[in-house]
Amino acid sequence: MSEPVSALKGASFDGLAHVEECGLQGMITLRGALSARAVQKAATVASGASLPDANRANMAGEGGLCWMSPDELLILCPYPRAAETVETMRKTLGKTHALAVNVSDARAMFRVSGGAAREVLAKLCPVDLSPAAFGPGQFRRTRMAQIAAAIWMEDDESFGIVCFRSVAEYAFNLLKAAAQPGSAVGVFAARPGAISGD
Amino acid sequence: MSTRIAAHGRLIDRAKSVGFTFNGKPMRGYAGDTLASALLAGDQMVMGRSYKYHRPRGAVASGAEEPNALMGLGEGAKFEPNQRATTTELFEGLTARSQNHWPGLEFDVGAVNGRLSRFLPAGFYYKMFIHPRAFWKHVYEPVIRQAAGLGRVPGGRDADTYEHFHCFTDVLVIGGGVAGLQAARSAAASGASVLVLEQSAHWGGRAPVDGGTVDGAGADDFVRETVAELEAMPNVTLRNRCMGAGVYDHGYALGYERLTDHAPRAGGPRHRLWRIRARRIVTATGAIERPLAFAGNDVPGVMLASAMRDYLVNWAVAPGRRVIVATNNDDAYRTAITLKTSGIDVLRILDARSSGGGALMQEARALGIRIDCGRAIGRVSGGKRVRSVAVCAQEGTGGALEEVECDAVAMSGGWSPVVHLWSHCGGKLIWDEARAHFRPDPERPPRGADGEGFVIPAGAANGELALNGILGDADEAGKTAARGAGFKPARSKAPRGETVEEAPLQPVWLMPRHADAHLRAKAWLDYQNDVKVSDVRLAAQEGYHSVEHTKRYTTLGMATDQGKLSNINGLATLADAIGSEIPQVGTTTFRPPYTPISMGAIAGEARGAIFQPVRRTPMHGWHEANGADWEPVGQWRRPYTYLRDGESQHDAVMREVRNTRQAVGLLDASTLGKLLVKGPDAGRFLDMLYTNMMSTLKPGKCRYGLMCSENGFLIDDGVVARIDEHTFLCHTTTGGAERIHAHMEEWLQTEWWDWQVHVANLTEQFAQVAVVGPDARKLLERLGGMDLSAGAMAFMEWRDGRIAEFDARVYRISFSGELSFEVAVPASQGLAFWEALMDAGREFGVMPYGTEALHVMRAEKGFIMIGDETDGTVIPQDLGLGWAISKKKEDYLGKRAQARPHMTDPTRWKLVGLETVDGAVLPDGAYALAEGVNANGQRNVQGRVTSTYMSPTLGRGIAMGLVLNGPDRMGEVLEFPGTDGKTYQARIVDQVFYDKDGEKQNV
Repeated sequence: MSEPVSALKGASFDGLAHVEECGLQGMITLRGALSARAVQKAATVASGASLPDANRANMAGEGGLCWMSPDELLILCPYPRAAETVETMRKTLGKTHALAVNVSDARAMFRVSGGAAREVLAKLCPVDLSPAAFGPGQFRRTRMAQIAAAIWMEDDESFGIVCFRSVAEYAFNLLKAAAQPGSAVGVFAARPGAISGD
Repeated sequence: MSTRIAAHGRLIDRAKSVGFTFNGKPMRGYAGDTLASALLAGDQMVMGRSYKYHRPRGAVASGAEEPNALMGLGEGAKFEPNQRATTTELFEGLTARSQNHWPGLEFDVGAVNGRLSRFLPAGFYYKMFIHPRAFWKHVYEPVIRQAAGLGRVPGGRDADTYEHFHCFTDVLVIGGGVAGLQAARSAAASGASVLVLEQSAHWGGRAPVDGGTVDGAGADDFVRETVAELEAMPNVTLRNRCMGAGVYDHGYALGYERLTDHAPRAGGPRHRLWRIRARRIVTATGAIERPLAFAGNDVPGVMLASAMRDYLVNWAVAPGRRVIVATNNDDAYRTAITLKTSGIDVLRILDARSSGGGALMQEARALGIRIDCGRAIGRVSGGKRVRSVAVCAQEGTGGALEEVECDAVAMSGGWSPVVHLWSHCGGKLIWDEARAHFRPDPERPPRGADGEGFVIPAGAANGELALNGILGDADEAGKTAARGAGFKPARSKAPRGETVEEAPLQPVWLMPRHADAHLRAKAWLDYQNDVKVSDVRLAAQEGYHSVEHTKRYTTLGMATDQGKLSNINGLATLADAIGSEIPQVGTTTFRPPYTPISMGAIAGEARGAIFQPVRRTPMHGWHEANGADWEPVGQWRRPYTYLRDGESQHDAVMREVRNTRQAVGLLDASTLGKLLVKGPDAGRFLDMLYTNMMSTLKPGKCRYGLMCSENGFLIDDGVVARIDEHTFLCHTTTGGAERIHAHMEEWLQTEWWDWQVHVANLTEQFAQVAVVGPDARKLLERLGGMDLSAGAMAFMEWRDGRIAEFDARVYRISFSGELSFEVAVPASQGLAFWEALMDAGREFGVMPYGTEALHVMRAEKGFIMIGDETDGTVIPQDLGLGWAISKKKEDYLGKRAQARPHMTDPTRWKLVGLETVDGAVLPDGAYALAEGVNANGQRNVQGRVTSTYMSPTLGRGIAMGLVLNGPDRMGEVLEFPGTDGKTYQARIVDQVFYDKDGEKQNV
């Protein structure tokens, strides 16, 4: 088999925060009634994670389950296992009306980490990223400057970002610009007392 | 003489000398100076020339409201025009140039306009440049352009960077004076998150200059302590050098942070635009002093009384040694007292009020200052600076009682609250008769989604001008804001402010009250745009009674300062001229931004490589390295053609077409939309979306389909493949992927919400390559893998399998008329697959081809292209596509619309082929002439060209077009005039020029 390559082959940058393209990530779109037993089972078995509430994501080891909309979940899994996972999900779904499809190659994934990670993202996304409002466990579909993106926090200082593969270069250049040295905003650091998570 | 004095200077550091240049001349100031204070300290009174009459002008204010002292700052890639010297912090190496003069600031040829001023009245341009008509384009416009415009346009690319920042807060406080600080404190005590923006580099606003005590301590101490308290609170963020620029719906506000204007070598972004969402916004934006309208009130050395006090107290600069103060209120006495106690001669206080003022007047008198009540300035004499003042009676016409020599004048016409941010989103104003100003009407605030006012004015911005009133009002505003944001305010008392009690002011809109025409023509209202009392009166006389009309006719308030000093005086003058009351005349509209903000800040990060997203297919880099001449298609870049050394674009396209028709070509088709539609109702859904029948398609087969809007117009086309019983893959045009995805979701979510269908956009999951040409099968067979023989896969079928080491889905479809396979592989292997095809294809002479070769080949086959043959007004029936419209279906989107009389009109233009008589290429978009002219005297037309190309296959120009009764007129010759002066003759033919029987694609 020809070696699959991610859009930017793991490019990285160090500025206010560390920016890296994460390489290939298995991703499966699941659309269906989230209340349906088969849909829930397909999603949780495939990801190894429990079902998230609205605007949240549950991570579990190499897997993860993200709430995308009232009838859509995103399953994260290791890239090489995406195709077989979709097959297993289809079997689990059986005759239940649902759509499970491999979208791993349609996406690019980035990680932004470090003390200024929140600020770097807040320059690009119209989301309240203060520690009081956004923390690990939350998941937000939003925009990053002019492109669609989904963001979540892996820990207190690190964001995962998913966007479309075709705009990976734009996304990387955006994050580099937002993380340029000398551009710290100093807002979230100025509120050490704020509570984390919600 | 304007000089630095020994006393005062609370903002400067005399230990740190700072060098800068003004018009090339080296000068020095101190750290903490503004450019204006440093220039004044160096006796540089004239700072620019006015826009229309080129009169010498100096700083009249000390802050954001300054209309005159506009400079070009910096050099080369860092140059920026129209920067206010009063808000420019001095730094080592600053270079400033004054504007609006030629050849120089001291001697300006344009000043002759001033001599001609009586020939340049209000509306001069409208009146003068109308006749003769032809003169506008060739004479007036070029000359006016040369003379007009403020400052110079920067020459090169901006060397700085800019950014945005999204911020969410419970309470936003705009203004960091005592009101803003107190409001922030009382709001923050509730636990609400508070963001405080202050436009200048200093907290505290005017209070430290104006004096008074807070809870017994000096205003300075109160400011220092409150800032320290707020800084220590985790729920408070303080930003200075950050102006609240605009307030918009839903608590959205913009902050304009100037990060490195005062330290250009610091690195990092120059400006940051804060995009703020606040539950409540407190506008603690203070007040601005009004000038007095008297003759010669624009001579350098005439200044707002508060500004003169600022220069003295903040920067230790005395703008003159012998000063006259003119006022209609008590506040200006503070300036006189400060001047006198600093050792400056105050020759007169001319108080327009016949009975004078209160305690402050007593204090001034006690200092030995001469106070003349009921007196006014008749006129100020002087060119580049004040020479003397003619004193007269305020109630008279200007007859001089005495002439007093002096070198500076401080004026005060009262204070106007800064209501801009309150008004941006619809907050209304009321006229406060006692204080003679407009202030926010608490009954009519800008309201949010909850029906409550979301902007709360505080302090002077709310019309409270005395310290105690300001503090109490601000404290309450902070609590109201916290409550509105869902918090419970803490119980606390506002600090107590103490100042000297002031006597009421007396409104003065013209000085002296009955000034004659001669004086009125020299009494400026708008300094920057050179609008005088006489201009507004003339406008009124000519029938301009609406303040908005008068503004545009006279240009009052239309300069870069947006009338901060001139609006109230202007509308009071208008009210007087038309015999109306000020509240009836009203104000013009306040619009954001409060002061101009940089274009860079608006653009933020969007410049250079990230100006816009560029979508790249997995093979984008390969195309780039192999001569791709790009064509933008939506946000994608697709190779238009691949240029070889020395080859023209045209030759490259011809080569690519020939090679594809004779051997084999590769097209990167990854950008085509791929929408997966799945569910028990998928077939029924697609039957509604496409004009033809999709539900009858068998798994393994493909069908070309047309999609129309509910108005019947053709919006997209593409090949649908049935994957299994419940699943279809719909190909869309490159530009249509997102649009059609949204179209599907809209119908599923709004109209057919109970149908069991899911849609997923898989466009980017696959890299797709069209392998096209007589050798296409041979090439794929060379790679090995799945059986692609005609027997195993017929035309319009698809199969999953493997080609070489790639998982592939192969569609046997053709948009060129040749034997053609479109192969989809996972995007992460797209480049490897493309390279494998190029390698294996070498022996067959494989070449990549671009979008233009694709277009030429489809046109040779007579295939339509969405966007060429369609333009939003074309229905499938116009294009001879009746075969793709199901007659059996009860309904599909557009069916009803296509039955409307206009859609079934037999005279709708229809698609035909066009063949020039001499083989030339028809101009794109050309119209076919018909007999006669229409009602507008234009030549009648009977058709137009929709696609036109040079066909290398046929060796002649070919085209398609929409023509009246076209299909019935085969063989007729039409005339198409080009824009090149030539008229082209073309014969109506069948639009399929190549392989009419489709034998080539079916092998």
